Amino acid sequence: MSIPGPGIEAYRDVAPRGAVDFLLHLSERVRGRHFVHVNSTRVGGGVAEILRRLVPLMNDVGVKADWEIIEGDRDFFAVTKAFHNALQGEEQVFTEAMLEHYLASNRANASRMSLNGDLVLIHDPQPAALVESRPADGQWVWRCHIDLASPQRRAWSFLRRFVLRYDAAVFSLPAFAQQLAIPQFLVYPSIDPLADKNRELEPSEIDALLAPLGIPRERPVVLQVSRFDRFKDPIGVINAYRMVKPYHDCVLVLAGGGADDDPEGARVLAAAREAAARDSDIHVLDLPPDAHLTINALQRTATIILQKSTREGFGLTVSEAMWKGKPVIGGATGGITTQILPGVTGYTVSSVEGCAYWVRHLLAHPEAAARMGAAGREHVRQNFLITRHLREYISLMARLVS
Amino acid sequence: MAERAATATRPFHFTGCVELREITGRRARDERELMEEIEGAPAESIYYHTDTVFLRRPLVAGSYPNDFAIWVAVQIRDQVLAERLGMVDPFLFESVERTREEILSILDDHLERLNPVPRVVFGDPFFFVRSHLIEVPTGITARSLAEFRAALAEVDVSAIYLHALDARSRRGVRGGQFAEWLGEELGLAELAERVGRLNPYLGGLERVRQMMLALVDAQLEGALRGAA
Repeated sequence: MSIPGPGIEAYRDVAPRGAVDFLLHLSERVRGRHFVHVNSTRVGGGVAEILRRLVPLMNDVGVKADWEIIEGDRDFFAVTKAFHNALQGEEQVFTEAMLEHYLASNRANASRMSLNGDLVLIHDPQPAALVESRPADGQWVWRCHIDLASPQRRAWSFLRRFVLRYDAAVFSLPAFAQQLAIPQFLVYPSIDPLADKNRELEPSEIDALLAPLGIPRERPVVLQVSRFDRFKDPIGVINAYRMVKPYHDCVLVLAGGGADDDPEGARVLAAAREAAARDSDIHVLDLPPDAHLTINALQRTATIILQKSTREGFGLTVSEAMWKGKPVIGGATGGITTQILPGVTGYTVSSVEGCAYWVRHLLAHPEAAARMGAAGREHVRQNFLITRHLREYISLMARLVS
Repeated sequence: MAERAATATRPFHFTGCVELREITGRRARDERELMEEIEGAPAESIYYHTDTVFLRRPLVAGSYPNDFAIWVAVQIRDQVLAERLGMVDPFLFESVERTREEILSILDDHLERLNPVPRVVFGDPFFFVRSHLIEVPTGITARSLAEFRAALAEVDVSAIYLHALDARSRRGVRGGQFAEWLGEELGLAELAERVGRLNPYLGGLERVRQMMLALVDAQLEGALRGAA
């Protein structure tokens, strides 16, 4: 499989000093070993986005990496979508026929796929039951990317019996781990600094990307980039902005999407638009899913970036924002508290008032905002870039296989 | 002395490390639970939350320097305990067990004065994670001070952690392996003493690197002037 993109050498300028050479030395331990990733899609979603870069980079450093996709019909993906929602705490209905179809699809895939590897990393619930057909050799690890903090019991107890047949599991946060009789490792997700969403942009590119949006840039811009979802609290963001407005003449930009196929998201978007209709300094942008460069340009233009979620998985938009050198104010939930170092790279808040307080503070102290932005970029460089992610997967392989 | 310092018989081998994190399943929601869990946690877990914090934050400084203090400050909002825990320096102790004892002693003393026990109301519990440090030789070696300087400037920051900090808290090398080598192999006692006094509270591992480079540069310049 050949996916175009920069090789590991291209990361020397963005990764921490010495990190690429170190990665190459580390990879020597597992050179030529076979690392197989299995997930449910090659395009769309955060897992596919990261695998599109991780798999070629693994090959580039000497690991033989392959990426397999589980296939299924509409009913299979309806069941796995229900699993996804149930594992994240939403009540769902599962019939015996649904569970049987899930298992039958996994078995059919197992007979078709090449699942021989020194390390087989199965991503998320869709292919989890492939472990029933695992070969005698090789280590199998279940990689859970979703928020398992409070799963629906029936869904988790069904899935758990498969997870227990793995040699280990990997979660994105300690809060997502479960009571399991296998080792559970912690690997944070990452951003790709060379992707369109994060790469450096020339001022002329930023101008061209933002010109159609009509956002005034001569005043401070407060930005939140996220789906129009009530847990991202865009209405709370608008209320915080209103509290700040008497003190600072700033502009609020809410940029996101995801409302097209989500009735609740559409209601949240409508409420945000209604607020914007009454204040010309509130800009609500419903962007298409591939507007990576526009989001990049918006983040680079912002003065302060918010991620005022009331519930969050990992919330990688925080790292994306910090990578642009911006101070970030985020809700004290999920992975946001892992990414923001309070008082150093931004602030974590638990209320609309808290959000308003720190926005007002940072707008009044641009030197502190600049210092935090610079600290945030370095924090991301050390902890949330794809090179660190690659390093941890290779060290996992070294530990389990070598 | 200058001639003796030119080349070491035992070269310095720079070794980096990567940390694999294992979730232990232990968690605490109040300060008493925190104490109980610290008492029973594996040593590698105490090590993760006190020592390797610097591996995860080699440059960024400003908040409390260990996870226990940060959690108490941010989630429990008990500033007094956070301040006391924030001053625990694991690199002053010869073992992780001594660090654990120090933390337990602070918690015990603090809890004796408090009723009720402060707990998380809105925030997250403390999750105990265990560190598995995998050492990786970088292939970089140094025999002279000039070679040492060149390697130090380029090596992965995890090597600074391993040689300067981990060596103190888990291998009992006072002052760390850099200082030990500079003193024993190059005979640079004064430089070794200064390097051995560098600590991560100066602003993280990258700051330690910068300060060490400055000390080495001064030594090299001094040697040049002496030779002239």
